[in-house]
Amino acid sequence: MKILVCISNVPDTTSKINFTDENRTLNTQGVTYIINPNDEFGLTRAIWLQQQEGASVTVATVGDISCEPILRKCLAIGADNAVRIDAFAEDGFYVASQLAAYAEKEAFDLVITGRESIDYNGGMVGAMLANYLEMPYLANCIKLDKEGDSIHLQREIDGGKENLKGKLPLVIGAQKGLVEEKDLIIPNMRGIMQARQKPLEVLTPIEYEASSSIKSYKKPPAKGPVKLVDAGDIDQLIDLLQNEANAI
Amino acid sequence: MSVLVYIETQNKEIKKSSLEVASYGRAIADAKSTSLIAVCFGLEDSLHLAGYGVDKVFVIPTAGDIYFNAERYSSTMVDIAMAEAADLLIVSGSANGRFIGPLTAIKFEATYFSNVVGLPTAYGPVEVKRSCFSNKAFNHSISKKDKVVISLSSNSFGIHEKVVEAAQFEGTYSSSTSSLEVMTVEQASDKVSIADADIVVSGGRGLKGPENWHLIEDLANVLGAATACSKPVSDMGWRPHSEHVGQTGKPVASNLYIAIGVSGAIQHLAGINSSKVKVVINSDPEAPFFKAADYGVVGDAFEVVPELTTKLKALKGA
Repeated sequence: MKILVCISNVPDTTSKINFTDENRTLNTQGVTYIINPNDEFGLTRAIWLQQQEGASVTVATVGDISCEPILRKCLAIGADNAVRIDAFAEDGFYVASQLAAYAEKEAFDLVITGRESIDYNGGMVGAMLANYLEMPYLANCIKLDKEGDSIHLQREIDGGKENLKGKLPLVIGAQKGLVEEKDLIIPNMRGIMQARQKPLEVLTPIEYEASSSIKSYKKPPAKGPVKLVDAGDIDQLIDLLQNEANAI
Repeated sequence: MSVLVYIETQNKEIKKSSLEVASYGRAIADAKSTSLIAVCFGLEDSLHLAGYGVDKVFVIPTAGDIYFNAERYSSTMVDIAMAEAADLLIVSGSANGRFIGPLTAIKFEATYFSNVVGLPTAYGPVEVKRSCFSNKAFNHSISKKDKVVISLSSNSFGIHEKVVEAAQFEGTYSSSTSSLEVMTVEQASDKVSIADADIVVSGGRGLKGPENWHLIEDLANVLGAATACSKPVSDMGWRPHSEHVGQTGKPVASNLYIAIGVSGAIQHLAGINSSKVKVVINSDPEAPFFKAADYGVVGDAFEVVPELTTKLKALKGA
């Protein structure tokens, strides 16, 4: 079984988000980059399949050389090899087409993306990639169990979950639930040492035009201070919620 | 070129988020001086949509297919969009909307914009405002294609009634197939889901243990609200994972979000920031949530919450 896990290099949640170049570019100064959390749940699930079924796990990203530290981290977590498609990830459509051009040649059985990245929150790469690869896609995947040739899956829906049956090949959008937070693999020294020797291939992108571009960014207006209500005056809270906020 | 909206139903009723999508579609159709078409699956009476500005409704018979089918639904939407010369398709920000949005876009050879807040600011080419960086910023995106699929951020536009003459047609259900098959759906029908709720009441570690959750549930019952929890609470198994809201959990975009004993870690705030009014009840005045909230009570949840519940019950009963 060959697994591809698509990885996005994203600013850590606690990083301050600011823009530069007349609000056209993210100011990366002081920003720490991490593996997109949704992708990390998917990667851990892939590593389990590697351990149980002897699957091979490839990680791939679209981005410049600044993405390599997180690819090395994926290798330290246990991925067998990494691929970086050397291009600017202009939009989700562009990223999906680049990943598809690579994945098409490799005949993966299972392709894992995160349900969305925490930077651009597009939530589209998995579905688009599936369409290019002519594989079915399952969004918001919270369970994937292999039983012979069958795959039992779960998708989180509004107010519940859906149980599905399928088979490989398949593309999923991973999220928490596929594995739990406590199950995430923290690389150990041996993994980190091995990761240095594992192959990290850099590929030239294919010619493809993005479907959209970002003209500018804006931060939401600064929020006013909180209105504090005395714990002994719940009537005032109710009054504010009812008459000022029109919320109840 | 017409505008097309995907209408979702639950228990044979049109979902609130779909009425918002219809209202949004109407405003775009007016701006483009064109008609608004709706596609809905397995719904008997769709003319209710005429009250929200839909001119033409295609009802798709889904006999034998009782569950949502992403492959067939998205293909059907594309078939109707082609036949009706639509160039702008709109889905909601629900789990199903976000699922078929990108699938529909790629089959339709359209640009896909998710998390859109507000009406497009231009139409040739389409330009939209979207939230990004987990609600810490917005961006203005421009389509490079003539056709666009928009996923509208829940609760960002509102429901606006507008009565028009509507006509209902029976559409053809696409025969496109997939190896994925939905076997069963587990859905609590007696509870308000976090995605559909106007009000969400959320509890954190400050509640000290799962045995105290009646405080959250009682308040939620009085308000007709959904219940939610912070990440540590779901990680410790106090509450099911499906109630975890935040960056890696469910997003919340309710009108009112009440956080009780939730400290307000940045990952939590990232998931609930698009709620309109935020209330925090916490005994620790230094809790970061006070910086993100509109209203706050520094106090003991075990005293404040029962009092709030009792008073609201009296108010609602009156």
